Amino acid sequence: MFIKLRRNKLILVLLLLGGCLIASLFLASTFGAVAIPLPDILRMALNKVAIFDFPTTWRTVEETIIFQIRLPRVIGGALVGAALATAGVLFQGLLRNPMADPYIIGTSAGAALGATIAMLLPINLAFLGFGLIPVAAFCGALATVFLVYNLARVGGKTPIISMLLAGVVVSSLMAAIMALLISISDRLQLNLHSVYSFLMGHISVTSWEQIAVIAPLVIGGIIGARFFAYHLNAFSLGEEGASYLGIEVERDKILILALGSLLTAAAVSISGLVGFVGLVVPHAVRLSFGPEHRLLLPASAIAGGAFVVIADLLARTLLAPVEIPVGVITAIIGAPFFIYLLRHTRKEYAF
Amino acid sequence: MIDLQICQVSFSYLDGLVLHNINLSVNAGEIVGLLGPNGSGKTTLLKLASGVLKPNQGEIKLDGSSLSQLSRKSIARNIAVVPQQFHVPFAFTASEIVMLGRTPFLRPLAEETEADRRLVNNALELVGIKELAQRRFDELSGGERQKVILAMALAQQPKLLLLDEPTVHLDIAHQVEILELVRGLNIRQGLTVIAAMHDLNLAALYFDRLILLKEGRVWADGAPSQVLTEAKISEVFSASVMVEKHPLTGVPHIVVMPKGSAIKRE
Repeated sequence: MFIKLRRNKLILVLLLLGGCLIASLFLASTFGAVAIPLPDILRMALNKVAIFDFPTTWRTVEETIIFQIRLPRVIGGALVGAALATAGVLFQGLLRNPMADPYIIGTSAGAALGATIAMLLPINLAFLGFGLIPVAAFCGALATVFLVYNLARVGGKTPIISMLLAGVVVSSLMAAIMALLISISDRLQLNLHSVYSFLMGHISVTSWEQIAVIAPLVIGGIIGARFFAYHLNAFSLGEEGASYLGIEVERDKILILALGSLLTAAAVSISGLVGFVGLVVPHAVRLSFGPEHRLLLPASAIAGGAFVVIADLLARTLLAPVEIPVGVITAIIGAPFFIYLLRHTRKEYAF
Repeated sequence: MIDLQICQVSFSYLDGLVLHNINLSVNAGEIVGLLGPNGSGKTTLLKLASGVLKPNQGEIKLDGSSLSQLSRKSIARNIAVVPQQFHVPFAFTASEIVMLGRTPFLRPLAEETEADRRLVNNALELVGIKELAQRRFDELSGGERQKVILAMALAQQPKLLLLDEPTVHLDIAHQVEILELVRGLNIRQGLTVIAAMHDLNLAALYFDRLILLKEGRVWADGAPSQVLTEAKISEVFSASVMVEKHPLTGVPHIVVMPKGSAIKRE
């Protein structure tokens, strides 16, 4: 009876959030430099699925805009949001720190340094639809986590507190190196706008090729994360407590970190550093539906996707033709929301 | 039913030796209290027995097989641990915490079954906290939390229960309640229990066998009347006490002798 209730709640919540995500995808597709009415988009989409054949009441250029420009970007935004929110749940659960976000152990600084070095290099190469910058950001993020993990490792164990501290130190070091590179390189100073755009977050998806690479990583990561739901619940009792419950703590720690870092790196490679998503979305979902990870993981992924899609829509349209960095929008929405949570649920954050 | 053998175990943290050459064997169905001053190695011994710490020397065997050869999962299916305190950073309900006790039996993507649910309900009922089931764990009092953690350990259906000072933050009524419960499980279900205890009188009342540790060595091991003598207590705790008999049960009852300042002037 209780289990049935829990199942029903899970289905209900996922349906509700899934509806929001789909609505946000359509909404974000209609608005832009050229407004394309929603019914037209629906018909275009249905025509693509072959069995339908609506008369073409739209111009071909509109179809091109939707399928070649807008949809890849909108879907890219959804993937970024889903990846960051899932990584946020993984890091908060593992580190037992409500202030943890996907960037906490250095992914952001590593990605930024990687991207900066890529901008510095006079090489122009494309790889599966990606330029050098996203690839370098991806590698920088993963390399940093690897470095932080190994720095924090003492005698076969990696205490969480050492990892947090190592993350802070390595991040500062990388930020310093980045600042140094910018100050001594004319090339970077000319490219300062790109550096800035990377740091503030910008969904830079221009082709389906990129989606074809990122989507399997993100979706695979989200499915992989679901395997650790029980483990993350057990980690709420701390590493020792989890161990008493039969969790192989050190092994699972590596796996969860790797999964979270991979998701973060995938997101960062197509969007730069979009802040607040990985911090705020898991909190909002936890407060609305409880901290149980079997619900929290998928619900955060879907909610995170919808959040970034809407934020990116606002970023594109609010001051058009000027595009605001999407990270600015997520911060402007996210920060006050987080402060609200902080003020109204004190107990939650007793630490 | 399960028994635990600690064979020539020594253990040291990075900064020094904590346990020296410990030899103990606890048989299935025993209820054992670990006593000793702060830093005498009680908690460390429990952590070794639960396998989260590995001995530097020697071996710990659970029913004949070495703990270091067993997976965490198979250890957790036999041994449950109630530590002094848990801090839970998220707003889990009490029944969700108790359900965590079923973790070693769950498969990654499978849902918990009706049977798991029943075990959780039984554990809540046994500990007498059914009414707390839907309350938030982080909003409960210390005593209530201790009971939730005990219920979680029981939902694990352990054969061996390890408790680290289960009564330390509780008022006297809760202390008695927890110990009555543990003792009851020991008598009725044959649950093997090892508990680190601070309160010598409660230990004498509820445990059949007491082990007295001093500076990482076993100083005395036996029935309360053999272990809790004036001589041994003053050797181990360097406190002067008088040992009387409990008026109801006849077990040793320790009376502390004050040192000067507490002696009231007539």
